[in-house]
Amino acid sequence: MVSFMPGEDQKMIQDMAREFAANELRPKSHDADETDTIPDSVLQAGWELGMVNAVLPADLGGSGMERSAVTGALMCEELAWGDLSMAMALLAPALFAYPVLEFGTEEQKKKYLPKFCEPNFFRATAGLVEPYFNFDLSALKTRAEKKGNAYVLNGDKCLVPLGLSSELYIIWAALDGKPGYEKVAGFIVEKGTAGLKILAREKNMGIKALETAELKLDNLEIPADNRVGGEQGCDFKRIASLSRVALAAMSAGVGRASFEYAKQYAKDRVAFGEPIAHRQAIAFMLAEMAWEVDATRLLAWEAGWELDKKMEGAFKEACLAKLYGDQMVVYVTDCGVQVLGGHGYIREHPVELWLRNGRGFAAFEGMVTV
Amino acid sequence: MIEFELSDGQKNIKKMINSMAGGIMRKWARWADDNEHKRVDEWVNFMWNVLKGMGGGMGGMSSGKPKPAAEGEKKEKKIGSQNMQLAVTVEELSWGDGGLYLAMPFPGLGGAAVMAAGTLEQKEKFLKRFTGGSPKWAAMAITEPGAGSDSAAITTSAVREGDNWVLNGEKIFVTAGKNAVEDSEGFVVVWATVDKSAGRAGIKSFLVDHHTPGMKVTKVEHKLGIRASDTAAIVFEDCKIPLDNILGSAEVKKGFRDVMATFDATRPMVAASAIGVARAALEEVQKQFQAAGVEVRYGVAANNLTARERDLMMMEAQLKASRLLTWRASWMADAGIHNNMEASMAKAKTGRAVTWLTQKAVELLGPLGYSKKLLVEKWLRDAKINDIFEGTGQINTLIVARRILDYTRAELK
Repeated sequence: MVSFMPGEDQKMIQDMAREFAANELRPKSHDADETDTIPDSVLQAGWELGMVNAVLPADLGGSGMERSAVTGALMCEELAWGDLSMAMALLAPALFAYPVLEFGTEEQKKKYLPKFCEPNFFRATAGLVEPYFNFDLSALKTRAEKKGNAYVLNGDKCLVPLGLSSELYIIWAALDGKPGYEKVAGFIVEKGTAGLKILAREKNMGIKALETAELKLDNLEIPADNRVGGEQGCDFKRIASLSRVALAAMSAGVGRASFEYAKQYAKDRVAFGEPIAHRQAIAFMLAEMAWEVDATRLLAWEAGWELDKKMEGAFKEACLAKLYGDQMVVYVTDCGVQVLGGHGYIREHPVELWLRNGRGFAAFEGMVTV
Repeated sequence: MIEFELSDGQKNIKKMINSMAGGIMRKWARWADDNEHKRVDEWVNFMWNVLKGMGGGMGGMSSGKPKPAAEGEKKEKKIGSQNMQLAVTVEELSWGDGGLYLAMPFPGLGGAAVMAAGTLEQKEKFLKRFTGGSPKWAAMAITEPGAGSDSAAITTSAVREGDNWVLNGEKIFVTAGKNAVEDSEGFVVVWATVDKSAGRAGIKSFLVDHHTPGMKVTKVEHKLGIRASDTAAIVFEDCKIPLDNILGSAEVKKGFRDVMATFDATRPMVAASAIGVARAALEEVQKQFQAAGVEVRYGVAANNLTARERDLMMMEAQLKASRLLTWRASWMADAGIHNNMEASMAKAKTGRAVTWLTQKAVELLGPLGYSKKLLVEKWLRDAKINDIFEGTGQINTLIVARRILDYTRAELK
């Protein structure tokens, strides 16, 4: 039966994230962007709500809740509605924990997952995106070559969330530099490993508050046991799809933020003797923003649902959801600025921040997961 | 729980209709387009035999208003599936052919109005005829030469005279109008005002039986698309109908809202039909690409795709987005949740999406797309109607805007 009603658990998590976003993220969003920093207290508070570790197994210290891409999408939308940088920072540890949870060897799970069940926010991440205009996650330029009982990694990464301060990284690389999703493997790299060069904190147009780094992998040699999933590896198509659902849901969150703000502004702002929302030119823009956000959300849900059911078409659905979200969020956040006119361009209002953040989605891959 | 799996019953119906549509509908699609208004007997008789056994195929479409629980019935809210089922059915039929779908012998919009606002007697009198005898149609007459989207401006009048209502006025753009009132034993639902000075509140809908004296089809329109479907002008000159043939209350100040509520059920179905036509066009493009060995690389970053790949993916995404919005509105109606805004969202978004999508399909196939050898050019022409009837894209956008802004008609004109 088709249903658009979140289940009880889903509703609970959605409400929790919504409240957290409204109370903790949104009020700090402006200053975080201006100062390029996210207060540690925010990350800690999110951590304590179990945003990452709720789905980790109970015997390793987690809450053992069922992992669901749909539920994850609900949470992602709410967090991104609050602030995209903070949402990505809060969930960055999952970029390491979830692939290990789903595909890791028993040793990898036992060794690493308990760290994510400690009381304090644990910094971990993954490096996927590469600094090339023709970056393609199914044809990574970062190569991994097997040498005896080790892999040697060479390449460049960018847009690595918490890339400077993480204790653990998964570095995604193409086996022998060959193209294809099936050739992409993840490698567990601990902070301080020789050959892992953390170049600099990036300066981007948006998501300024999020610490992102450029990395260089310079003959980085790691034991073969550190390949996620061991010799069998992992299903990178699925990992990429989970990330796309998360990103699509986040684009809906950013779009919704802009829509809601513009809507309220248009009702309050008086010109020619009446609120500008009384004019179709404004009202129609708002209507379209509303349904475009809804459409993206539903695409993310459907793709997430297919991933949860492990359906064949899930990969394509996730691609399309992200493609749609990428375009929607640019359009909708631009409309948000436009509705506010000159005021939209001023940094006192958040709509310009959402436009800068929204513009990034087309370039984002694998920076968040569900 | 959030779920996107159709029930087994819905899947079966979808499969069944798809096979029928791929056969008989596609077989006649081009002929019906070339021979405007000519009845396709094979299709009409086939559908009539199917539908009459299903009670006219109305399937209990509801308008999103919860039905009061019958005595002894459990009070807990039960989610139905009629609207979802209908959305799936309509998409599949329209995938076969959007024009032939509209030319099906069935109660259609007129029947929907009777279902939504009719008394038991009216349902018996006007809907039962769809279960036997010869093929029949029903139609809905709202638009007038001087009143389109502003349906409150209609001038067709209904005056009480003894035991009758007497109708006077002219209706245009009546889908299946000729089939309903002259070429079969069907009926038409006519919007008329009982008190012009009362504006919207004075508008009521009336059931007019086929061949009622004083009613005459004066014109059948020649159209851009959906040519299999007749679009009639009907003139009423002192047309007398029984007093009981009013839908809902005769009292001024009551009823317009009920009449408008019908749209909450029918708009998602128009969207579903649009999705069917657009899907046909998308599939043809995919087929042509595949035959020519054009690969579409899903999962490659959008900035690395060819224009062709990007267009095709966006067509797919737009179609899915439209379908999900349509399913949501239908599901809400089934769940008894007020869906006025979502129904208009689905309609406005889908109307625009399919217009874009079908013109892209023609564009992507070059001279082949423009040629009548394929049905793609026809699908472009057929799809466009969905951005117009049952409320233009602009009117539906206006409804969405009023809802999200919480504005009255006076605040947002």
